[in-house]
This record gives sequence, structure tokens and C-alpha cells, in this order.
Amino acid sequence: MSTLFEKIGGDAAVNAAVDIFYRKVLADDSISHFFETTDMEAQHAKQKAFLTMAFGGPNNYTGADMRKAHAPLVAKGLNEDHFNAVAGHLQATLEELNVPADLIGEVMAIAGSTKDDVLNR
Amino acid sequence: MPEIIYQGKAYPCQPDETVLDTLRRNGIEVPYSCCAGACHTCMLHCLKGEVSERSQKDLKPALKNLKYFLACQCVPEQDVEVALPDDEDVYVSARLVEKEQLSPTVWRFRLEAAVPIYYHAGQFLNLKNEAGWVRSYSLASLPNEDEFLELHVRRMPDGQMSHWLIDHFSVGMHIEIEGPNGHCLYTDGEPERPLIMVGTGTGLAPLVGILRDALHQGHRGPIHLYHGVRTHDELYLHESLLAMAQQHNNVYYHACVSGDEPAEGLQAGRAADIALGEHPDLKGWRVFLCGAPEMVQQTRKKAFLAGASMQDISADAFTTPEH
Ligand code: FES
Repeated sequence: MSTLFEKIGGDAAVNAAVDIFYRKVLADDSISHFFETTDMEAQHAKQKAFLTMAFGGPNNYTGADMRKAHAPLVAKGLNEDHFNAVAGHLQATLEELNVPADLIGEVMAIAGSTKDDVLNR
Repeated sequence: MPEIIYQGKAYPCQPDETVLDTLRRNGIEVPYSCCAGACHTCMLHCLKGEVSERSQKDLKPALKNLKYFLACQCVPEQDVEVALPDDEDVYVSARLVEKEQLSPTVWRFRLEAAVPIYYHAGQFLNLKNEAGWVRSYSLASLPNEDEFLELHVRRMPDGQMSHWLIDHFSVGMHIEIEGPNGHCLYTDGEPERPLIMVGTGTGLAPLVGILRDALHQGHRGPIHLYHGVRTHDELYLHESLLAMAQQHNNVYYHACVSGDEPAEGLQAGRAADIALGEHPDLKGWRVFLCGAPEMVQQTRKKAFLAGASMQDISADAFTTPEH
């Protein structure tokens, strides 16, 4: 049985997705300020780590890391609407890359499972 | 938590702190600049213990063996004893062989290093004068074509190093140099790809090096170079860039003047705005940015949104070539 990560295409698929995904996020004025930073390369690397996790691939993220990383953003007003907007961009990215619908469903379920940690609830 | 031993005293680290953070939190003055692993100003010597691979990634093998590392890139996992680097290991002497004024504000310096320096066009050197001031300057020369190391220095009102270089550093004198550093360079293997380069002020220096390197390596795709200045007399390589564009039909030189009425053949406005306006779709392009930090940051984002892949946008984290 291959994993979700392998079925989607592994590291190559993450690489294909990360530019498209991060571009969508930055172009969305309702959320881009949370991602605006002087160090775009570091931010890009974080988006890649997030996608790797959402694809069910190897990652070093824990719920505690998620909480810690997002706490400053929650303090700045990060809420469920923002979370949903990011999730929407993830879905659109996968559709653009012609990932089969059932796999998109699995990815979205993993991403959704991080919501409480991301929003520090 | 691990501890950092410096000059016989132990300083406990906080979670996720780099060696540089811990020392600075304790009021110890370690030189640093970019905090991004690019400028190498924060290099330290590890006397005892182990440092992370990441903190040594970019160092020359000789320095790695001596256990030098970048303090801003090292989150220690165990106790380490550190010291400031020995200057003899890191810096080499270079002699000034030529100094020429290119514009009202920009001078060209040609240096001869005491030992050969192996570099790529577009990388930068750290210069240290007798007073111990250290500043980074990009290389405009090409290792296999030019005999000397070429740097462009612009007189900055508050830049004490630029004043010193321009007013006091004269032909025959020596200065200490360290390098090369940086990743903003031409990579071969894709000679057809279009390149776009945007540089403000002496941010032109590394771009000229990269442009010449690309041609030298047989690049065939279009190369657009945008040089942005405030007044037209700051277009300090105008004639030679015009000549280069004449000689190579894939080279396009755009001289952009933002401050005064541009004369014939020049474009009015900021270089980055003009470049992105003329090339709204950068999918598949390689992008090189150098100059004022705000310009580099904004243009990096705009180029990415315009379709350039993040890995195809080169700009050193060290983005203040003008001191
Ligand atoms: S401050 Fe560490 S490399 Fe620049």
C-alpha cells in the first residue's frame, strides 16, 4: 500500500504545488499580510513544510509546533475565515495540478485536522 | 539547555536561540549583519563541542576543518566553547592596483589579492581596513577574463567606509579581504532561458559580472538589464553597456532615471516598475535583483507573483551593497 504522499507524487508534487500555492496566498489581500515578510525564501520553505505535511508525507511538525508558530498570528487576529481561505487556496492548487478528487479529499482532511492547533484553540 | 562558553564564562541558551542570539542577549559584542547566513560577518571559531552542519554549509573547506561556523545559523544542541575568529585564517591581503572615478558618486577599484581567490561573477567580498571597519562589496569582474578583482564603491553620505575608500585608500596600499560569499550567480545548462536583471545604484556591479559571465558561457536567450538611478549622471557604465548591447543581439540595456527628466534614449521611472511593466509574465524567467533592500524585497515578491519560480529569483540576503 503506497501512502497518500506517494500517490500524489511525493516530493516532486510538493515542489510543483508550493509555488502555485504560495502565490495564491500572497495574492489574496484578505490573508497576505500574515505571510508578508522580508525573508520570502524562509516563508516559502515553511509553505513547503506545510504542504508536505498536508500530503501526509514525512515531516517534523507537531501540534505543539503548529501552536507556537501561529500564536503571534492569532494575536494579530488570525481567525477561522483566514484558515478557510488558506484551505481554499490549497484545494484550488491541487485542482489546478489535476490531483484526483479522492486524494484532494484526503489532503483537505489532514489540513483541516490542524485547525485547532493553528488557531490556538 | 546547552551553554555557550565564551572567554571562560558560560551563557545558557534559551530554546531555539542561535549562538549569536545568546551572546547578544548577554551583551557580548559579536559582529553581525544579515542574520541570514549570507554575509559571514558573524563567523566564530568553535574551540570545543559540535556545531550544526547548517552553520558550516557555505564555508570554505579549510575553514570548516578549523571548525569555524556562522553564529547566526547555529542553534547548539550541546555545550560549545567559542571564540572570535583568528584574522589570519580568514582574511587575505590585497593591493589596490587601480582606482578610477566613473561618475560624480561612483569609483571603480581594482585589487590584486596576495593569493588567488576562486569566485563566481556576482559574489561579494568583505573588506576590512586598518581601523577594523568591515563592509561587503560585490564583484563586478569575471574570474577567467579579468586579471584583478573589480569593485564599485559609491560615496554614501553616512557611509564612513565609502569615504575612507574614496578619500584615503590609494593605489599601492593594502586592504584585508575575505570571501567570496553569496549565491547570486549565473548557472549554466539552460542557455535559452530569458534573464531579467534589475539593479539600483552600484547594485549594477554584480549584475554586470553575471551578464558577462552568461555571455561568456554562451547564453543565447534574451538578457534584459535594468539599471535604476536618480539622475542620469549616475549611469556610471552607460557607454560600455550600450556597446555591449550593440555587440550582442540578445542583450537589452535599459537605463532608468527616476529623479530628473531623462535625456534621449533613457527611460523615466523606477527600474523595477519599468522592468515588471515591460515583462508582466515572468513564468520561466530567471530573475536577478541587487541594490536598495526595499527595492529587492518588493521586486522579489512582484516577480514571484508575476510567475517566476522562487528558486529562479536570485538576490543575496545581503542586499546593501552601498555603504
Ligand atoms: S550575520 Fe551571520 S552570516 Fe550574516
